[in-house]
Amino acid sequence: MIKLADVTKDFPKRGPPALQKVTFHIRKGEFAFLTGHSGSGKSTTLRLIHMAHRPTGGEVRVSGFSSALTSEREVWKLRRRVGMVFQDFRLLPSRTALENITFALEVTGTPRPQLIPRAQRLLSKVGLSSKAGSRAHELSGGEQQRVAIARALATEPLVLLADEPSGNLDERATRGVLELFHELNASGMCVLMATHDLDLVRRFPGARVLELNEGRLAYDSGAVS
Amino acid sequence: MHALREAFAAVRRAPLLTALSAAMVALALFVVGLFGLVAHNLHLTLDRIEDRVEVVAYLRDDVRSEELAITEQELTALPEVDRVRYVSKDDALIQARQEMSEFQELFADLEFNPLPASLELALVPGNRDPETVARISEQVGLYPFVEDVRYGEEWVERLFLLRHMAGITAGVLGAGFALVAALIIATAIRIAIFARREEIFVMRLVGAKDGFIRRPFLLEGLFTGLVGGLFAVLLTYSAYAAVYSLIFPLEWLPPEWVLFGVLVGGGFGLVASTFAVRRYLREV
Ligand SMILES: Nc1ncnc2c1ncn2[C@@H]1O[C@H](COP(=O)(O)OP(=O)(O)OP(=O)(O)O)[C@@H](O)[C@H]1O
Ligand SMILES: [Mg+2]
Repeated sequence: MIKLADVTKDFPKRGPPALQKVTFHIRKGEFAFLTGHSGSGKSTTLRLIHMAHRPTGGEVRVSGFSSALTSEREVWKLRRRVGMVFQDFRLLPSRTALENITFALEVTGTPRPQLIPRAQRLLSKVGLSSKAGSRAHELSGGEQQRVAIARALATEPLVLLADEPSGNLDERATRGVLELFHELNASGMCVLMATHDLDLVRRFPGARVLELNEGRLAYDSGAVS
Repeated sequence: MHALREAFAAVRRAPLLTALSAAMVALALFVVGLFGLVAHNLHLTLDRIEDRVEVVAYLRDDVRSEELAITEQELTALPEVDRVRYVSKDDALIQARQEMSEFQELFADLEFNPLPASLELALVPGNRDPETVARISEQVGLYPFVEDVRYGEEWVERLFLLRHMAGITAGVLGAGFALVAALIIATAIRIAIFARREEIFVMRLVGAKDGFIRRPFLLEGLFTGLVGGLFAVLLTYSAYAAVYSLIFPLEWLPPEWVLFGVLVGGGFGLVASTFAVRRYLREV
């Protein structure tokens, strides 16, 4: 589902590469944590998987799309297969929870009459039906992250990438979001979540753990030796 | 539908900038429109006057009629020459008396006829440019009994020169305004893109197609250009109306020129915004 082979990422004007020869393979339906100190390359890895960046060396393969073969004009196809959420949610703050979802549905070609029913279904999936009419900036952090997750699900992706999704959330909200990830994973979705919160990782002993250290893969609990 | 709504939202968000962009397009096309008006009317005038453009060969009094007949035949045979008309000394005097009635007395008192006989050559349409006229005149002047050759050299040349200069002026000014218009449209698009950067981020995030993201901005450019084109027509028409009522009657432009001008405005806006979108979407 997600395959990195000898992936190196150089940024101009940055000394050593942000990622160096990173290789891992996350299979269909897996749940994986991506850990590491700040600056170790977690966000860079997720951006490469989402093809917001291209690797300097090696190849990233996601759901049949190869970083070497997918042109910029085709990236949208990959994006509909791979949802993504962030620490700062990236919602449209002045729009309501429902409108944030209908926006994503509309710009990806959902026919008009289906917009609201589908957005409502997505909101109920993340347990936020009651907040449909609230503006995003009036919601709590945990609620905003749920809206962001519902939005990421709008195109029925096979993979969900989460970059430090609990970074701005308190303990309770974090637990809620992770439960949601587990539900999604249980229904077959592949989840890759970047976090530097090792306590959080320890609470899910069954999950795959990948650890980055200064751009190199330092540990992989699921590596086949 | 989405694109149209978004494009108009952008216009509503920055109406002043849209107006400024449209005004610059209008100015650029107005200059071209004025030239069109001048060129069109000069063309009509030239056509009309050209019918009267003739090369006149004044003949010596001692020309023999056989010589004259041969010459007439030779000149008529030239491909550029349409007709040759012989005007005798007497005809010339009668004509002069009619055309210059204020000198009636002067002509009446004459003891002898001072006016020469002449051959008037009408040229075939399309051969009335200064070069051809000059060449024919030279040829006619070679006959020994031709005393002098006249054609409206100065004003023919002046009309052509005027048309030429109007063309250059309009080209330079139009290009200048067009450049400024392109820069302002690009700025408007850049601001629109910047105002939408969060939406654009989300669109890319969830997998909206590139064309879908671009379309509202391209429509905005197209719309600005079309409005500019319409304003240019309005401005040109006002200039036309002013000249018509204050100075002298003019012909208005053919409708297909007007339509073409408006379309050029729209096309220009579209092209300018295409470049701007390509350049500035990368920055957000
Ligand atoms: N666009 C960029 N241009 C230049 N350098 C970059 C860019 N993006 C990331 N980097 C560098 O790459 C390294 C890895 O960054 P990255 O954001 O992937 O780290 P991270 O593990 O996500 O850290 P954090 O836990 O703080 O989010 C950092 O040193 C960062 O400065
Ligand atoms: Mg990061």
